[in-house]
Amino acid sequence: MFEKALVGSKKYWGLVIVLLSIIGIGFILYMWQLKVGLGITGMSRDVSWGFYIAQFTYLVGIAAGGVMVVLPYYLHDYKAFGRITILGEFLAVAAVTMCILFIIVDLGKPMRLFNVLLHPTPNSILFWDMIVLNGYLMLNIVVGWMVLQCERNGAPPPKWLKVIAYISIPWAPSIHIVTAFLYQGLPGRGYWLTAIMAPRFLSSAFCSGPALVLLLALLIRKYTKFDPGREQIQSLGKIVTYLIIINVLFICFEIFTVFYSQIPEHLHHYKYLFTTGSKIPPLMWISYIGMVIAAILLVFPAIRRNEGSLAVCCVLVIITTWIDKGLGLMIGGFVPNPFGRAFEYWPTLPETLISLGVWATGFLVVTILYKIAVSVKEEIRA
Amino acid sequence: MYDAGKTIVGLIILFAFVTFPFFYNAGRAAKVPEPKIDTPAIKKLPEIERKCVESTPYMRQNHMKLLDDWRDWVVRKANRDYTGFTGKKYTVSLQNTCLECHSNYDKFCDECHTYMGIKPYCWSCHVEKPKEWAKELKEEK
Amino acid sequence: MDISRREFLKKIAGLSAILFGSKTAFELLAPGELEAQYLPKPEALKAKRWAMVVDMGKMDEETINKCIEACHRIHNVPDFAEENPRHIVKWIWTEPYENAFPGLEQEHIAKRLKDKLFIVMCNQCDNPACVRVCPTKATFQREDGIVMMDMHRCIGCRFCMAACPFGSRNFNWRDPRPFIKERNPEYPTREKGVVEKCNFCAERLAKGLMPACVEVSNGGLIFGDLADKNSQVRKALREHYTIRRKPYLGTDPQVYYIVDTLL
Repeated sequence: MFEKALVGSKKYWGLVIVLLSIIGIGFILYMWQLKVGLGITGMSRDVSWGFYIAQFTYLVGIAAGGVMVVLPYYLHDYKAFGRITILGEFLAVAAVTMCILFIIVDLGKPMRLFNVLLHPTPNSILFWDMIVLNGYLMLNIVVGWMVLQCERNGAPPPKWLKVIAYISIPWAPSIHIVTAFLYQGLPGRGYWLTAIMAPRFLSSAFCSGPALVLLLALLIRKYTKFDPGREQIQSLGKIVTYLIIINVLFICFEIFTVFYSQIPEHLHHYKYLFTTGSKIPPLMWISYIGMVIAAILLVFPAIRRNEGSLAVCCVLVIITTWIDKGLGLMIGGFVPNPFGRAFEYWPTLPETLISLGVWATGFLVVTILYKIAVSVKEEIRA
Repeated sequence: MYDAGKTIVGLIILFAFVTFPFFYNAGRAAKVPEPKIDTPAIKKLPEIERKCVESTPYMRQNHMKLLDDWRDWVVRKANRDYTGFTGKKYTVSLQNTCLECHSNYDKFCDECHTYMGIKPYCWSCHVEKPKEWAKELKEEK
Repeated sequence: MDISRREFLKKIAGLSAILFGSKTAFELLAPGELEAQYLPKPEALKAKRWAMVVDMGKMDEETINKCIEACHRIHNVPDFAEENPRHIVKWIWTEPYENAFPGLEQEHIAKRLKDKLFIVMCNQCDNPACVRVCPTKATFQREDGIVMMDMHRCIGCRFCMAACPFGSRNFNWRDPRPFIKERNPEYPTREKGVVEKCNFCAERLAKGLMPACVEVSNGGLIFGDLADKNSQVRKALREHYTIRRKPYLGTDPQVYYIVDTLL
């Protein structure tokens, strides 16, 4: 079915070329980073994980969020989602690809990546992260591709495919739980040492993932002949609504515990993120207030029924959850440092451009895979 | 054949590309590597004692494996005494044992490595002074 | 024999997997070389659990600076203080009381404690969080308790740096060599992309020497085996009031600070 990706309109090729150029810039800068070292980023002795790992964390959420499209169809026979499971699965493939790329660009010695396989260490959560991420990638590639292929050939999918689809459903939250465990098991980082880290990760994943699928579905309807369907988009909207409300609730639970107990080792990080930090407080306020606004707006059916306002709310959900996970999580965790000192972190320009290159790679994967899926669906309906 | 013209032209370009290294270097023989063992430390030893920790054929084939094992035994087990094939005891250390005798790493180790196109990164950590610093050392003297 | 193409391919794939797999399995499971060839040096210092007791009464600023200078010199630790504070590498350094012991600070603290600079380094914990999280066992706990770094295996993921509750670990954000003020030819330097930290001078212990900082501290740093009832460290712990950094986190740090000689 790859040949479907090789024919397209001018807009399609224009998008591909723009993405390739961004990837090219990121790639050249990454070569420079390999030569000079990770010192070209804004990371420091105190903030030793930064933008790259933050993007990885956010994208694991998006990848896991794809399950919200797959689960209703396979487990609860919600036939309407049958049209769009492929969108969730292919988005998961692109997101996991970006995750793996972000980990690689963040490593000090990427050429030694194989050591994680040569010296398996089950007590290290990173070991499990490697296993679940790669497993999820394989699962989604196989399920997505096979289902699409069978749909195109007009044949029912083989029985073993359903087994794989069923495996991918608990696997999806597990990739994000493992990622949350990276943070919530560390004894010295008060911002992360909380049991609600994993639930927060899951709730923000399951609202931002479907929100992105929803936006991509609207784009597909606008630019191609395949219509994901009004009912499907409304259902996705309902999922986003419930999960953003749960996400806001979880944040409130954490804020209560931190501020009511007044324990400095947990409190200092929130104070830094929301008051004393330099560039980060305005963004964190926008994120938290924005999440509440999105949650309130999405409650109203009238706002969800209008696909324009629904799309705006989804954009708000994505931006606010990204600020929370893609910036606040990292900075809040490391600042103040174990000595109680605040050492500023902000991504540098090379760091940002390399990250954009990786994001563009993911978007290119999404573009190509969605082009294939949409072309096949257009072909069937013709 | 479909697109016969494009395919054949493409095949010719591929063939030229792949065989370019052979044509470019035709007639020129690469210099046979001659690792030099005439360092001051080795010259100080009497002829009979000029032996490495293991025999030369063994070292030629297995020096990297030996160094890997040495590293694991030193870093992970703290065992720093190695009994060589002559029965002599050596301190397990690339920097202080191997490079003690073979201090001319660029005329010994790199001779064969450059010939084979191998670039081990030992010297970015395990050498007293990299080439730039070696110049300074000469000036200091 | 009528066999379908699919069946044939399946059988050939299985056969190849067995053939190649058996070669690999043989090499992996083959007996290793004689372990008797590798022995500890006879003069090496041995212990079941190395620990350090810092006598803060004897650690004045001059002694502390001598300790720091000795450690950083013999280990080729680069100096990034002027170049870029973000990239600083320090194996041993000083922190004021309230930064070394966050949570123990108080408003009306004794002046002698408030102004005192404490010498800090990797605590070589007995239950180290950094070892728990390393995905390649590049940082690991040796039998004698020292938390070691294997620079060849480290992939530079910096998970250990996130896990360390004491901020003891350093990363080489760039090539350290241009920033090494005075090199020690007997110890390797490091490359960009790997993590490093104090290693209780394991290479000196193997030669029968005390750690460099202990040697120049003039009695300020006491080093020994906690498992040996008669060691200096046990004596010091018996006779003085000692505190440790963040013991409530459960990592069981093995650097103790005598504070009753301060007051």
